[in-house]
Amino acid sequence: MTIVSIERPDLVASPHSRLTSRFAGWVGFFLAAGLTAFFASKVPVVAAGETLRWTVDWVPTLGYQLSFYVDGLSLLFALLISGIGAFIFLYTPVYLSAYRHASRLVVVLILFMISMLGLVMADDMIALFVFWELTTITSYILIGFDHDNAKARRCALQALLVTGAGGLVMLAGFVLLGSAAGTFQLSELKAQGFHLAEHAAYLPILILILIGAFTKSAQIPFHFWLPNAMAAPTPISAYLHSATMVKGGVYLMARMHPVLGGTPEWAWILTIIGAATAVVASVLALRQTDLKLALAYTTVMALGTLTMFLGAEAGVAIAAAVTFLLVHALYKCALFLVVGIIDHGTGTRDAPRLGGLARAMPITTAAAAAAALSMAGFPPFLGFIGKELKYEGALAIASEPGLAITAAVAANAMMVAVAAIVGLRPFFARPVATPKVPHEAPFRMWIGPVTLAALGLFFGLVPPLVANGLVQPAVASVLGAPQVVKLALWHGINLPLLLSVVTLLLGVLVYVRHLQIRDSLAAFEARLPTDTDRVYDLSIDALKDLAAWQTRLIQSGVLRRYLFVVFAVVVLAVGGTLLMKDGLRLPQAWPDVPLPVWGMTALVLAGAVLTVLAKSRLLAICALGSVGFGVALIFLMYGAPDVAMTQLLVEILFVIIIAIVLLRLPRFGKRTAGLGASRWQDGVLAVGTGLVTTALMLAATRGPIDREITAYFEANSATEAYGRNIVNVILVDFRALDTLGEILVVAVAAFAVVGLVKLRQRRWRAS
Amino acid sequence: MRSLILSTAVHLLFGLMILFSLFLLLRGHNLPGGGFVGGLVAAIAFTLFAIADSAAAVRRVLRIDPRYLVVAGLAVALLSGLFKAAAGMPYLTGAWVHPGGLPLGTPLLFDVGVYLTVVGSVLTLVLTMEEER
Amino acid sequence: METVLAILVGSLVAATVFLMLSRNIVKFLFGLVLLGNAANLLIFAAGRLTYARPGLIPDGAAAPLGDVANALPQAMVLTAIVIGFGLTAFAFALVYRAYQELGTTDTDEMRVAEPPLDASQLDTPAQDRRAA
Repeated sequence: MTIVSIERPDLVASPHSRLTSRFAGWVGFFLAAGLTAFFASKVPVVAAGETLRWTVDWVPTLGYQLSFYVDGLSLLFALLISGIGAFIFLYTPVYLSAYRHASRLVVVLILFMISMLGLVMADDMIALFVFWELTTITSYILIGFDHDNAKARRCALQALLVTGAGGLVMLAGFVLLGSAAGTFQLSELKAQGFHLAEHAAYLPILILILIGAFTKSAQIPFHFWLPNAMAAPTPISAYLHSATMVKGGVYLMARMHPVLGGTPEWAWILTIIGAATAVVASVLALRQTDLKLALAYTTVMALGTLTMFLGAEAGVAIAAAVTFLLVHALYKCALFLVVGIIDHGTGTRDAPRLGGLARAMPITTAAAAAAALSMAGFPPFLGFIGKELKYEGALAIASEPGLAITAAVAANAMMVAVAAIVGLRPFFARPVATPKVPHEAPFRMWIGPVTLAALGLFFGLVPPLVANGLVQPAVASVLGAPQVVKLALWHGINLPLLLSVVTLLLGVLVYVRHLQIRDSLAAFEARLPTDTDRVYDLSIDALKDLAAWQTRLIQSGVLRRYLFVVFAVVVLAVGGTLLMKDGLRLPQAWPDVPLPVWGMTALVLAGAVLTVLAKSRLLAICALGSVGFGVALIFLMYGAPDVAMTQLLVEILFVIIIAIVLLRLPRFGKRTAGLGASRWQDGVLAVGTGLVTTALMLAATRGPIDREITAYFEANSATEAYGRNIVNVILVDFRALDTLGEILVVAVAAFAVVGLVKLRQRRWRAS
Repeated sequence: MRSLILSTAVHLLFGLMILFSLFLLLRGHNLPGGGFVGGLVAAIAFTLFAIADSAAAVRRVLRIDPRYLVVAGLAVALLSGLFKAAAGMPYLTGAWVHPGGLPLGTPLLFDVGVYLTVVGSVLTLVLTMEEER
Repeated sequence: METVLAILVGSLVAATVFLMLSRNIVKFLFGLVLLGNAANLLIFAAGRLTYARPGLIPDGAAAPLGDVANALPQAMVLTAIVIGFGLTAFAFALVYRAYQELGTTDTDEMRVAEPPLDASQLDTPAQDRRAA
């Protein structure tokens, strides 16, 4: 989104909306800062090897608990989420101060932060899934903040569909895992160790859960949604799409490492997918001119690297992953925020249109340079330590060290070039005229990048601080065993250092030639037959076509077809059940029935037949009346005078109302006779339904009946309820609550008719 | 459509039918009858009146909109259950008094509620349709 | 005795199905009325039939003398009849209003909620939208 041009006046902030968004921003800031302080205070405890836990019963009958626990891994993530969140809450209201609905965004951002914290602290897999989808949903709203823009809407929906579908697949994996292991608690799963590797369902579990992780963390072939998610406002991208949400998949893989890891399948899938993602994304990053998109692709590259290292068993590879996670969060978030400042201050973030900003934005320049140097891996920044460790870790990857080393060097060289393009070139290149006169950002916007970049330098200078407090406990959680991690700037002259030098040289070379490389990449991209984004579109279109097709098939909109299906199902299901369960009970003898009953039965039958055959409305009404009349007399003969009276009276009213209505409806036309063939089918179905009903009723009335309830009513009607008409006593005393409900239904029907008829009259009069 | 015979007969029969409906309502607890049956008889009386004369004439005789009868009937039925409920018994438990050996109880009140609801609902239906031209 | 009612109910249901499958909505309503009668008879017969002995308690007695008709299904059927009346009256009013609005009583032509689809009404493909 562009922050400068607002065409819709109703979206421009009023003084009031500005105030509410600032207020929401401060609420978020203090919440995040408080949480950061809380988590920071727990660092020594967790570093000592303890885990914190809180438990609330959630669905006790199913054994689900809402339990949270914090070990080294969770604590590292929680600190990143709340700490970076605090700066985002300072930054966002200023960045979006021109927008009326900025406060909404901030509120959703608070929800997101809480969901993300729940995700990394949940002990129960079901709870983890719920928080996982909550981050998906909140990110959908955040990406689609500029909802007047069709592109933003599409990108938001794409992120929702890709990560949401992945989440569902992951849930299936969780359920399988939970039933295979007998527990849904991650902490208990971890304690069980490697027994799962021999389980028959191991591979399905692994693949299902990894699909969830890969969609969330934008691994190939699901990577396309992340660059598209850059439709979000820049601070949102900085928070969700670099530092926190996209790391959710990485977190899951790290969490599952002790449970599912250590097998060849795990190692191969993660190494290959991770390496491929890292290399492809770093090439695509060079292709972009939009600074934000370039950063987005380097994020995909970083996620690929993390995945690749998590495939390994060696402690040093895991240490490399955890350290790089921290390094990346610090510099990438800082650079995103810097790009936001550039966009805000100059009106563009297109690389060719930027240059010479160092003079106008000295503070931002310092932050950007520090972050870029950390990203490029220069000493004495934490990025250098991270890169050295990566090479050491890549060498230790057992399955395929050659692949890992090549991927790491290639990706890192591209990172050097992108760091220069994003973090240095806009500030130090030849000045270019920008849409707005560049100016320095206000304090609340630069404090975030400055602090994050400074932390990258500070941690690089005092590596034991991070090593002991954050990295070592996190590595221990991932490996499931204590692990000593030593971070240092200087390891002596060894292979990793040599590789670092090669990387820097390569990176500088790529930077010098990056304009030509970008052009040839663009030309190459134009010749590609398709890309995953287009495949996504095609599959969405195919899904919609399928939906339209099955809707046309099932929802024909023709009442007769619906009813035909319903009655046919009744015949098949009920009739089939009766046949299979041996429920057919045919009468053994000619029924012994008094003569008047035969008469009434004949009357009802004749009425029914006449109703079907009647060509005139009046005849049909008379026939219907005779059916009701005959049924009433049957009630009367079998000892139900109350029912019979009610039926007779209702029959009278029926005829009156039907007559009133029918006189205003057209006569039965010729068409009602229908098409010969279809009515023949209707007739067969009608006879079939009738036969099934008769069979069902014969079966139901054949067995003994339990008259216990009636016996109670008969015994207590006179003595307890002072009534000698048992039916009436049931209605007004024993089962009065039922009757109350029934007269309520009658009343509702009456009022509904008034609504139908009278409200329209009012509408007509109004128009 | 006016028919002299029908209109004359209905005017004679109308009061009788209303009386008969009350009779059915009151005897319902011991003999066939009750709120539903009584209410339907009264509703038919009014409906015949509407056909013989006019819907407007029925509204004049009734004086109040039949919808108020529905509300009143539901209210009476609802309230009749509260007597014993106030004493901690289940809702709609019958409460009885025996002045002079004649049992009078809230179930009778409940039946009156049913009667009013049925009369009101049917009349609302019929009059709404009848007035719809 | 239940056998006769079983056959009768089956016949009423057969007539109902045939009427409901008609294209004329008024015939459908006639089917609805018949179905109500059939259902009431079914419930009534499910409580077993007792000829000519209503569930009344004679004056002075504490309980009915001998076997009388089952009062429980009678109470159910009684309210079902009144509710059925309300429902049918509403259905008739609905059909009447539908005829006023749509000018037809042919269910095949009542397609406001689910109009027949043709290709032009389908949403534009996502690929075109992406360009926006």
